[in-house]
Amino acid sequence: MFKILKYSFYDLIRSRWSYVYFLFYLALGFVLLFLNNDVSKAVITLMNIIIVLVPLIGTIFGVMYFYNSKEFTELLLAQPVKRSSIFLGQYLGVAGSLTLSLVLGLGIPFVLYGLFRSDAIFDFSLLLVTGAFLTMIFTALSFNIALSNENKIKGFGYAVLLWLFLAVIYDGLFLMSLIVFEEYPLDTFSLVATMFNPIDLSRTLILLKLDISALLGYTGAVFKQFFGTNQGFLVSMLMLVLWTVLPIWRLIHKSKQKDF
Amino acid sequence: MKYWQGIFFMVCLCLGHSLHAQTITICPSCETKSIKEGVEIAVDYDTLLIKAGTYKEFNIHIDKPLTLIGQNLPIIDGEDKGEIITVTADGVILDGLKIINVGTSYTKDHAAIRMIKNKNFEIRNVVLEKLFFGIYLEKASHGKIINNKIKGDAVDEFGSGNGIHLWYAKNIEIIGNEIRNVRDGIYFEFADNCTVKNNHSHNNVRYGLHFMFSNHDVYENNVFENNGAGVAVMFSKFIDMRHNIFRENWGTASYGLLLKEINDAEIIGNTFEENTIGISIEGTNRIAYNKNNFIGNGWALRVRGAIYGNTFTNNNFLYNSFDLSYNSNLNDNVFDKNYWSEYTGYDLDKDGIGDVPYRPVKLFSYIVNRTPETIILLRSLFMDIIDFSEKVSPVFTPDNLLDANPLMKKAGSKEPQLAVKSK
Repeated sequence: MFKILKYSFYDLIRSRWSYVYFLFYLALGFVLLFLNNDVSKAVITLMNIIIVLVPLIGTIFGVMYFYNSKEFTELLLAQPVKRSSIFLGQYLGVAGSLTLSLVLGLGIPFVLYGLFRSDAIFDFSLLLVTGAFLTMIFTALSFNIALSNENKIKGFGYAVLLWLFLAVIYDGLFLMSLIVFEEYPLDTFSLVATMFNPIDLSRTLILLKLDISALLGYTGAVFKQFFGTNQGFLVSMLMLVLWTVLPIWRLIHKSKQKDF
Repeated sequence: MKYWQGIFFMVCLCLGHSLHAQTITICPSCETKSIKEGVEIAVDYDTLLIKAGTYKEFNIHIDKPLTLIGQNLPIIDGEDKGEIITVTADGVILDGLKIINVGTSYTKDHAAIRMIKNKNFEIRNVVLEKLFFGIYLEKASHGKIINNKIKGDAVDEFGSGNGIHLWYAKNIEIIGNEIRNVRDGIYFEFADNCTVKNNHSHNNVRYGLHFMFSNHDVYENNVFENNGAGVAVMFSKFIDMRHNIFRENWGTASYGLLLKEINDAEIIGNTFEENTIGISIEGTNRIAYNKNNFIGNGWALRVRGAIYGNTFTNNNFLYNSFDLSYNSNLNDNVFDKNYWSEYTGYDLDKDGIGDVPYRPVKLFSYIVNRTPETIILLRSLFMDIIDFSEKVSPVFTPDNLLDANPLMKKAGSKEPQLAVKSK
């Protein structure tokens, strides 16, 4: 497995796209800090971008990589290598290189601008951790989609749809249901509904560290009570881990059964 | 001639008094051991000099114009038995005392110092601790409350009293006090023509400053910090609020300033920083908001309805989660020449005023008003999209609620372009 991981990792590290991705975040980090010159404010702006962009890139990149390296995969399958290690190795290679680009690309400018001297270090590391989780989750989901669909166009379509659903449509439905059922107590419902969408979960997790004053008002207190405590934080982290592990498990399971 | 006679007479009168007036020294080892004794033997305009020590007394009734001066902060310990000093005479001065352990009662408002129907008093440099009510003015007028320190131990609203409590008081000056951990830092009920200046009211259970039915009052340069809610101004007219700082009033229903049924007030140059709600407004008419700073609040302004003829000019709205939440479709208020940090317009003619109007009410704030739970969708992509579409063509928010001349630079900041031109 590690050999395959190493191959796909180096393959990706050498490829142009990782650099582009890395340079994009590097530029973004520098520009944000140059314009804001305030680490904690830059973290807020960054959150908006990470929440939207990281899942999108994870999805597209995952699907793309899977389809592109199909021939290589088939070649590997002919060798006496365990299937699970082939796919897991590829997955970890993609997710790992994307995460590395993200962490380094954003980390370098922030460290240069004195992150360690600022009190935003916890917010920032939380941001990077959720960013890494989102990368892993969406790469795993996209691998699943690619594995289940032989047709590239279909696979791409589903992948983009998945991103669109979780990033936008889910929130729309969520909002609608909140408004339709506004007569009922909705605190628990909204907590649970947030848990079921990794993007919402990451957003809420970061927001409660940043925009606390608004969220504290009214019902915000309920959310704060949940996410603000260590227990809530652990539960949300556990949810993110679950969101990562489940698609990976399905990936392995599916790859074992699939007839190539 | 008559004029000179008058002056001569006055001087005589003053001299006469000062000759008459004696100083009675009170200390645990003196002839006069208690303040009560001292008050009893004193005649009008005497001075009681109270030396350091602990005096276990309560119900001290001062019914003649005396000056009580504490040396090195003598302690009057009420031992939780009831009210400590009650003043019914005019012209009483209390200076440098420390009063502790005022009795808590659920039927009587025991106070550390109570002024009843008197005039021209002065309370200064007094320290009050472990109290129920601190300084209680009952139908008193023309008094000064200066540089006192009040520190309560209030935990809940029903078992605690107010730091400085005014009831039917007129022309009172409250300057430079520090009030903490009581129910309401300063409470005004039917108190007119009063000035509240340079006070620091913090960590109180309910309000930092509370107005009820009080008119023509001024409060300026005060700091209200970390209270249950900063300042509540209710059912009052002609209140002047200037250069105060409202900070970190956080909580589920907390705010920096609450305005309820207020007419003709002026709110100028205040700073609202990191409150859950900067100003909560309900039923106000003809209020001028000018040169205030709203920084990092959850809601800068939260309008709960029935506000007419208010003007908001030259304010800075910086990095609030919501600049304005508004619950009706009707707007009779003017927003003009404010600076909004979220303004995205441009200024082609470089006159410092944006060419595109700014709409401070977002659709999201409208939705949150309706269903508070939706706050969980704050800053999601979906919300940004519908906010944008609402901004382009307002459907739910009042379409005339806009700032037609949003500033490009913070109000109050120096304008370099103009400075260059004038040279």
